[in-house]
Amino acid sequence: MADNAAVAGNGNYVDFYNYKGKYSGIAGWLLSVDHKRIGLMYLYSMVTFFLIGMTLGFFMRLELWSTGQDIMGPQTYNALFTLHGIIMIFLVIIPGIPAGFGNFFLPIQIGAEDVSFPKLNLTSWYLYTIGGLMAVVSLFVGGGPIDTGWTFYAPYSIRTGTEVILPLLAAFILGFSSILTGLNFVTTVHRLRAPGMSFFKMPLFVWSLYSTAWIQIIGTPVIGITIILVMLERAFGIGVFDPALGGDPILFQHLFWIYSHPAVYIMILPAMGVVSEIIPTFCRKTIFGYGAIAMSSLAIAFVGTLVWGHHMFTSGMSDEARWIYSFLTFIVALPSGVKIFNWVATMHKASIKPETPFLFVMAFIFLFSIGGLTGLVLGSLATDVHLHDTYFVVAHFHYVMFGGTIFIFFAGLHYWFPKMFGRMYNSKIANTALALMVVGFNMLYFTFFILGYLGMPRRYYDYLPEFQDLHRFATVGSWVMILGIIIMIVNLIVALRKGDKAPANPWGGMTLEWTVPSPPPLTNFTKIPTVKYGPYEYEHYEEVVNNEH
Amino acid sequence: MSTNATHTAAESHDAHVHVHRDDYGAKMGMWLFLFTELLLFGGLFILYMAYRVEYIQQFQIAAKELKVYMGGVNTIILLTSSLTMVLSIVALQRKNVQASIFWLVTTIVFALGFMVVKYFEWSDKFHHGIYPKGPGLMDKSQGEIIFFGLYYTMTGLHGLHVIIGVGLLTAMLIQIKRNKVRPDRFVPLENAGLYWHLVDLIWIFLFPLFYLLH
Ligand code: HEM
Repeated sequence: MADNAAVAGNGNYVDFYNYKGKYSGIAGWLLSVDHKRIGLMYLYSMVTFFLIGMTLGFFMRLELWSTGQDIMGPQTYNALFTLHGIIMIFLVIIPGIPAGFGNFFLPIQIGAEDVSFPKLNLTSWYLYTIGGLMAVVSLFVGGGPIDTGWTFYAPYSIRTGTEVILPLLAAFILGFSSILTGLNFVTTVHRLRAPGMSFFKMPLFVWSLYSTAWIQIIGTPVIGITIILVMLERAFGIGVFDPALGGDPILFQHLFWIYSHPAVYIMILPAMGVVSEIIPTFCRKTIFGYGAIAMSSLAIAFVGTLVWGHHMFTSGMSDEARWIYSFLTFIVALPSGVKIFNWVATMHKASIKPETPFLFVMAFIFLFSIGGLTGLVLGSLATDVHLHDTYFVVAHFHYVMFGGTIFIFFAGLHYWFPKMFGRMYNSKIANTALALMVVGFNMLYFTFFILGYLGMPRRYYDYLPEFQDLHRFATVGSWVMILGIIIMIVNLIVALRKGDKAPANPWGGMTLEWTVPSPPPLTNFTKIPTVKYGPYEYEHYEEVVNNEH
Repeated sequence: MSTNATHTAAESHDAHVHVHRDDYGAKMGMWLFLFTELLLFGGLFILYMAYRVEYIQQFQIAAKELKVYMGGVNTIILLTSSLTMVLSIVALQRKNVQASIFWLVTTIVFALGFMVVKYFEWSDKFHHGIYPKGPGLMDKSQGEIIFFGLYYTMTGLHGLHVIIGVGLLTAMLIQIKRNKVRPDRFVPLENAGLYWHLVDLIWIFLFPLFYLLH
């Protein structure tokens, strides 16, 4: 590293933004294999896609302001919820925390200079971008925007006149990108841990990324092949999912959910990892039950691959299959519960500093618990038959995916913002934004629970008159929430330009990323650290943090 | 840090001054990738199984349409090509670059031979109208339609992998000629070989499932 000008002794260093590589300007980003730049490129793309998806949601809620047609017809509404679903699932939440924060922090947290395959990492980002662009282009070609819902159920996806092949190809490419990221992370964790960093000294965020990476590797190929089959079915009529040719659409549902259910753990596990980082930092205390939390990630990853059938209770399965799936579904609640209890136990008798990231985590625990518990309602056969395909389901998955993962995505943004950008944000404004979001969120989605319970079906642009009041209340909620999101994002953008300079360790964290300057130098560490203590052993705080790496 | 990860600043590219070489890691990545390939085909094998159970007799009838000797020849070709692949790797490890190139080229020729046989096989079927939505197929029972739907999908996807394999092996050939892959740096060739064995392995399952079970 002799020719590396990145670190010039006594704290004067060149951070990764200002490091002059072979390329400069925009090419210095687009051709960079630095995991930090790639992570940021993912983050920017994802926030952009999130805002697009949010806008689509906003318009859907406007349409539901009163009965009958308000601002769009049924076909447009169908296209909107499909796009909203595809964007939020495939472009925001699945790459989400692993590709964004994972890329940036996984190598730093295990004391490595980069991931195992930096070029492959950049390739993944390009695949992600190409997939995203293809999804956008598909709106304007062929029969127009896809209207199948994000689940692409056969046989409708074979018959509809809208453009299906291109968005499916996009989903396939995004899946490929996800596989490559997973493969990269697994290898990185196995090969590049710093000396002394045994598996059980890894931060819990790393553990969660590791489990997630395995699900990405195991699950994604199955949806890949399913997508290919639907494309072939549409293009040539091979018959496997087409009842007219002897195929069985239920098999599509099985193959689809074999991936897509584990995919919800791809969405939530990394978020749980972030929570396990934030809580000890703001409690200044070792996490309660480190081993239990790490193992519960693996347990969720494992059991989670066996429960896909609970999406199909009403699709036509034998009763044995149904109760087995139902039973397994309840089992998943156990490792999830283990995590929640351990987090709460960590806070017991701690001297808590309620900074913004911590408050986001509080909101998460509240919202995610509601989402998780209503998941049990849907997991039991008798109640699911009543609630299947109603707004109850829509409420449930927004509570877990949005209230769960996206809230933690925002928490992570506020937690690591100083490290990534070297600036502090205004936490008063951030907290206000959070309050608005939580209030709006519950107005919007809790109302959905009631609507669903009363029988409002999902995916309709219209409804019976008796639902109008509730729908209006929900729509007002969506405005409050979106206002909160906008304030939050503007606050961060302002901070990017005008924020105070961030110290290396603004929150008093103990994982390795807090031992390097903000923003980190190109190779992360001047000298690869040697790890002596577990990630949250606050009794050794001084020694770890003041140790010049 | 890993034991056989070595840092060679000389090989740096882009902004990275710290490109390291980790042969073990590279192979691990390849194995993980092959695992995903198995799962990709796994979905198809599950479908095959489900439909075979549903349409057992019609599958047996349909399988009689396929010419066992063509599939047999292709099986021999692929198995032999796996052998030549190994010979190429071993030759490189033993510092015999010329022999390595020779066996690599042989492997590529075998792969192309496989595709030629495949071409004749498929065009024969097309000739009789046996292709998805084709006149010769739509007369038949649903089970036979599905059988051929799966036949074209699975052997087609496998064929695509053979073509990708040819590309990969050709890339290796160029790399060896440029001395990028060489006796002290043979892991890329080994990885290409792993991929090639996977292609072979999948065929070993496809062959009996489609050609032999009538
Ligand atoms: C930002 C504000 C959001 C609003 C206003 C919103 C609103 C909506 C609405 C109105 C629907 C359609 C309900 C129906 O007619 O069935 C919907 C569906 C959906 N939303 Fe959201 N949502 C938001 C955020 C999110 C997030 C963050 C995610 C996931 C990470 C998400 C995932 C989905 C999915 C998967 C569907 C189902 C699409 C389908 O039926 O195919 N949404 N959302």
